[in-house]
Amino acid sequence: MKSLVVLGAGTAGTMVVNKLRSRLARDEWRITVVDQDDWHLYQPGLLLLPFGAERPEDLLRHRSDFVPPGVGRVQARIDRIDTAERTVLLEDGRAVPYDQLVIATGSQTRPDQTPGMLGDHWHRDVFDFYTLEGAMALRDRLADWPGGRLVVHIVDLPIKCPVAPLEFTFLADAFFEERGRRADVDITFVTPLDGAFTKPIASAHLGGMLRDRGISVEPDFYVDHVDGPARKLVSVDDREVAYDLLVTVPLNMGADCIARSGMGDELNFVPTDKHTLLAVGYDDVWVLGDASNIPASKAGSVAHFSAEVFVENFLEHISGRPMTHAFDGHANCFIESGHGKGLLIDFNYDTEPLPGRYPVPLVGPFTLLEESHANHWGKLGFRWAYWHLLLKGRPMPVPTLMSMTGKKKEVAS
Amino acid sequence: MTVTDIAGRTVHVDSEGFLTDPSEWDEELAKALAEQIGITLTEEHLRMLRFLRADFTTTHETATTRRVQAVGGFPVKQQFALFPQKPAKKMAYVAGLPKPHGCV
Repeated sequence: MKSLVVLGAGTAGTMVVNKLRSRLARDEWRITVVDQDDWHLYQPGLLLLPFGAERPEDLLRHRSDFVPPGVGRVQARIDRIDTAERTVLLEDGRAVPYDQLVIATGSQTRPDQTPGMLGDHWHRDVFDFYTLEGAMALRDRLADWPGGRLVVHIVDLPIKCPVAPLEFTFLADAFFEERGRRADVDITFVTPLDGAFTKPIASAHLGGMLRDRGISVEPDFYVDHVDGPARKLVSVDDREVAYDLLVTVPLNMGADCIARSGMGDELNFVPTDKHTLLAVGYDDVWVLGDASNIPASKAGSVAHFSAEVFVENFLEHISGRPMTHAFDGHANCFIESGHGKGLLIDFNYDTEPLPGRYPVPLVGPFTLLEESHANHWGKLGFRWAYWHLLLKGRPMPVPTLMSMTGKKKEVAS
Repeated sequence: MTVTDIAGRTVHVDSEGFLTDPSEWDEELAKALAEQIGITLTEEHLRMLRFLRADFTTTHETATTRRVQAVGGFPVKQQFALFPQKPAKKMAYVAGLPKPHGCV
């Protein structure tokens, strides 16, 4: 009997155990999934929660409800992975041996990594919205905030859902406008990038949308520290941005157990072959979702598309055949832009987001890089698909690899 | 991909002027590249560039500002002092490496 161990029952890990249980013979492979708790958080909902559009209880489900029969569950914290002994050591002293290992331990926000970010001001006038606790505290603050300087800030890349800070900014603009308070709020978007987004054409489109909404951008801002008492962000090259309300995306890092295992880079992400999804230097360790260092978005869509490729490669690999599938970095993200509208972007390692229609050329119903009501409804409807199709490993009505069909080629100016 | 002449040498560059063939680089060329963006190279600059070059040979990715600090041991403040405003981009340019894709 062989053993497949999956670390993490988040989006990637849950999908994988569902897909593989039906593809691996039960008398040949035991599957075990390890996670520290039994709460699965629907992370896309955290974006809308601060604006009062979500109830926290609607974003949580039990992880165990999505683990299929025939998969063992271990609820414990991971100490480290001993790759030489092919064993996962748990903090409670137990050891879980494996023949094949999937690391899907994700990415976490780390406010402790920026000097001055934590303190009395944390969740009072400095907030994150990437945790349930932070999003709820921010919701309560926004409800009666009198106005002033709102600063939306990204510490460094990579981050989970790289469009979320922009979406938050668009939604904040709409939130205050709909309440007749927009004139009392000055919004600034502070980023370590040289523009609104990472890819030139999308950056130009999204930068234009910020300008149209009267939102200023402070680019190339590499934060040195937060001065909580004086309420300002200070950069490494001594620039200052004052705020009354700071909404920051703290540094994103992989799990500490990756660092303890000596398997991570400087941010605890695991160096991973971007096409096969095997950890670099191993033939029995795979990395899926946000835990890897592949140059793709840390997003559920990437976890989904890469999991499809992984399953085929994994089955070939364990039967001693060459791996014939290659992940292309496909990502597909809805971008909420406020007032019931949204955009959609679809891209991969080699092709940046382009305008067009998706998934059916000319028809859509979704518009690429262009605001529409359909995109907003697509984002809201996605939640049903997430719980009922995606996590359970059932087919989703979109292609795994990116297609150029329906996209208009455009040159960045 | 375009071909251009820098310091009397023919090199291959992308649309933004980043070298596309790291093997065409040496420290002489680095001096010329640095001058193009208004930087006079010192030994301090060169130590940073050597780290970036060595790191690239193992990772095949241009090191980020954070990595240059964490792995190379050059504080971010020093990177900003030597390559002002946009150190990651400028270091990559002068080191003859691909523009860091900052992320996605």
